[in-house]
Amino acid sequence: MKQQKRRVRVMVAKPGLDGHDRGARIIARAYRDAGFEVVYTGLHQTPEEIVEAAIQEDVDMIGLSSLAGAHNYLFPAVVQLLRERGADDIVVCGGGIIPEDDVEKLKAAGVKAVFTPGTPLDQIVKWVEENVSPRS
Amino acid sequence: MPLTFNDKIFDDIQKGKERWEKELRKAFAARPERLPRFITVSDREIDRLYTPADVRNQQYMQDLGFPGEYPFTRGVQPSMYRGRLWTMRMFAGLGTAEDTNKRFHLLVKQGQTGLSTAFDMPTLMGYDTDSPKARGECGKCGVAIDTLQDMEDLFAGLPIDKITTSMTINPPASVIWAMYIAMAEKRGIDRRIIGGTIQNDMLKEFIAQKTFMCPPVPSVRIITDTVEFGAKEVPKWNTISISGYHIREAGSTAVQELAFTLADGIAYTEAAIERGLNVDDFAPRFSFFFNSHLDFFEEVAKFRAARRMWAKIMKERFKAKEPRSWWLRFHTQTAGCSLTAQQPYNNVVRTAIEALAAVMGGTQSLHTNSLDEVLAIPTEEAATIALRTQQIISEESGVANTIDPLGGSYFVEALTDRMEEEAFGIIDKIDDMGGMLAAIEKNYPQQEIADAAYRYQKQIDEKERTVVGVNKYVTEEDIPVEILEIDEALESLQMEKTRRIKNERDNARVRACLERVGDACSGGKNVMEDVIEAVKAHATLQEVCDVYRKVFGEYRDPGIY
Repeated sequence: MKQQKRRVRVMVAKPGLDGHDRGARIIARAYRDAGFEVVYTGLHQTPEEIVEAAIQEDVDMIGLSSLAGAHNYLFPAVVQLLRERGADDIVVCGGGIIPEDDVEKLKAAGVKAVFTPGTPLDQIVKWVEENVSPRS
Repeated sequence: MPLTFNDKIFDDIQKGKERWEKELRKAFAARPERLPRFITVSDREIDRLYTPADVRNQQYMQDLGFPGEYPFTRGVQPSMYRGRLWTMRMFAGLGTAEDTNKRFHLLVKQGQTGLSTAFDMPTLMGYDTDSPKARGECGKCGVAIDTLQDMEDLFAGLPIDKITTSMTINPPASVIWAMYIAMAEKRGIDRRIIGGTIQNDMLKEFIAQKTFMCPPVPSVRIITDTVEFGAKEVPKWNTISISGYHIREAGSTAVQELAFTLADGIAYTEAAIERGLNVDDFAPRFSFFFNSHLDFFEEVAKFRAARRMWAKIMKERFKAKEPRSWWLRFHTQTAGCSLTAQQPYNNVVRTAIEALAAVMGGTQSLHTNSLDEVLAIPTEEAATIALRTQQIISEESGVANTIDPLGGSYFVEALTDRMEEEAFGIIDKIDDMGGMLAAIEKNYPQQEIADAAYRYQKQIDEKERTVVGVNKYVTEEDIPVEILEIDEALESLQMEKTRRIKNERDNARVRACLERVGDACSGGKNVMEDVIEAVKAHATLQEVCDVYRKVFGEYRDPGIY
C-alpha cells in the first residue's frame, strides 16, 4: 500500500544578534524550490524563540545560520533546549562563517551537519533529502 | 583627444564597426566565442568593443569637466591623489576596548592614516554585555562598548584631535557619538575640533545590513537630530555615512547599490530640510560608503556615476548652492562577499583588484579586507598584508600619478552613462512609491536584492559564473590559515567592568539624565545634548537605547526571502 507522505518541513533560523541574512534567505529559497515546506524565522531570534517556534510549527529540521562568531554558544543552546523539550527528533544543522575547528565541536554538541561558505545549494538540499524525513 | 566628433566621423565608425563585425562573424563560425554571454558581476552584458559612437552624446565640459568642478565625474578635489593620497583606513575591532586599542596603535605605527572602529553585535544592536540577548557575542566581531569608560580605554594614547575616526554604528549611533564627544571634552578637546564619521545610516539597515532597533520613521528622526546637532556643534564631523556597501554585500547589483544608496541620501536630505535646516548647512557633512567588487570596470564606472548623480541631485533637486554640498565624498571597502573560504590566499589577489578599482574610481578612503576575513576576525599578519596592498598600489604601481586615468575610455564612459541612466530609473520608481521610507515598507528594495542574490548564487552553482577555488580549479586540500580566536572569558570580564561602573556611579543622576532623554524623545527636542549628559554620568549604551525603545517601539524583521 502506498503511504501518503507529507512534505518535509524545514525551519531556517537566524539565532543571535547577527544581521547577515543573505545566506539564510538564499537557503530558504533553495529549500522552497526543492519542494520543502519552509518557515523562515527572520532575524534576531533567541534560542528559546527558535525552539518554541520549531515546536509550534511542527518542523522536521532546523537550519541555523550564523556569520558573526557566536555559533559556539547559540547552536548548542538550540540543541540543548530541544532535548529539554523532548523534541530532539528535530534534526539540527547549521551554516555560516564557522572555522574548521569549531565544526567538530558543534557536531559533538549534536549539530548534525555544518555547511561552510562555498557549499553548492544542491548539496545542502540533498543533505536534507537524505537525512531528514517527516516526523511521525 | 576630443570626445566630440562630427556626424561624418560617427557614420564612418558605424560603417567600420559593421565591416569588422562581419569579418568577426566569419571567424566565429569556425570557432565560436568563449562564452554564450559576457557578463559583469552584476549580470550586465558587455559588448565586444566600444567606440566613440557609444559616447557620442557625451559633452566633455558638461558631463565630465575637470576634477573639483561640477559634475565631479573625474573627482571631487581638484588635485586628487596628486595632492594627497586617499586615507588608508582599516576597519578594526575585537574583544575589549583595551584589545582594540592595541590594534589601533599597531595600525598607526604601520602607517595607517585614519582609524575605523568595528563594534561587537551587542553594541551594534544597543545592548550591554550583561544583557541576556548578548550571550556568546561579546567581542566576537568587534569591540564591546558599554560605557564612557570603554570609549576612553578604546582611544587611550591616540591623538583624537589630529586623527579622524570612523565608527561603524547605526541604531545606537547617537549614543556612541555622544560618548566620543564626552571623551574628547574630558580630555579638554573642543567638540568643534574633532573629526570623524558615524555611519548612522538606518535606511540601509532595513534594506540590507539588518541591525535595527526602532522602526524606520523614528530612526530617521534620531538621525535628523544628529545631522542638526552636527551642523551646529560638531562642524568637522560626518554625521551620516550613506552606505551602499551593505546593500551590495546583501547581494544587490552595482546599479541597485548606486540607486538605493542615493535614494537613502535623498530621504535624509528631505528629512533635514523638513526640520528647517538649510541644505548647504548639513549636506557638506554627508559622506558615502561604497563596496568595491571584483568587476573592475563596472566598479570604476559606478564610482564615477555616483559622483555625477549626487552632484545633479544636490544642485538640481535640492538647489544646493555650496559646491561642497554637491560633493560625493566616499569611503570604500573591498567586497567581503567576493572572498572565498577555499584557497584563502587567493583573497589577497581579489582584494588587490578591488582596491585598484576603488582608487581608479577616486575614493577618499579605503579599507582592504584581509585574506582571512571570510573565516574570522583578521590576524595582525593578515591585516598588515591588506594594508601593504594599498601601499603598493599607491607608491609602487603608478596609478595615482594622474587623475581619473580611465576617463575617456569608450568602455568606461559608456558604462558610466548607462549605469547613471538605470540608477536614475530606479530612483524615479522609488519617488513614485512615495520615497525610500515608503519603498522599504513595501519591501521593494529588500525583495529586489533578494532576487539578485539568488540569481547570482544560481549562476555560481550552474557554473555560468566562475569562482576560482570554489566551482573551478578546486583543490582537495586547503592551505591552513591561522585563525584569530576571541577568548570566551572576556565576556565575564567585560560584564564585571560594567557592573562595577554601575555600582560606583551616581545612580540618581543617571536616572534623571535618562528621564531627560525620554522627554526629548517624546517631546521632539533634539536628543543629543541630553544623551551627552547621560553618558557623562556613565549611563550605559543600553540604558539610553532602552529609552529609545520604550518611546519609539521596536522594529521586527519581516523575514522576507
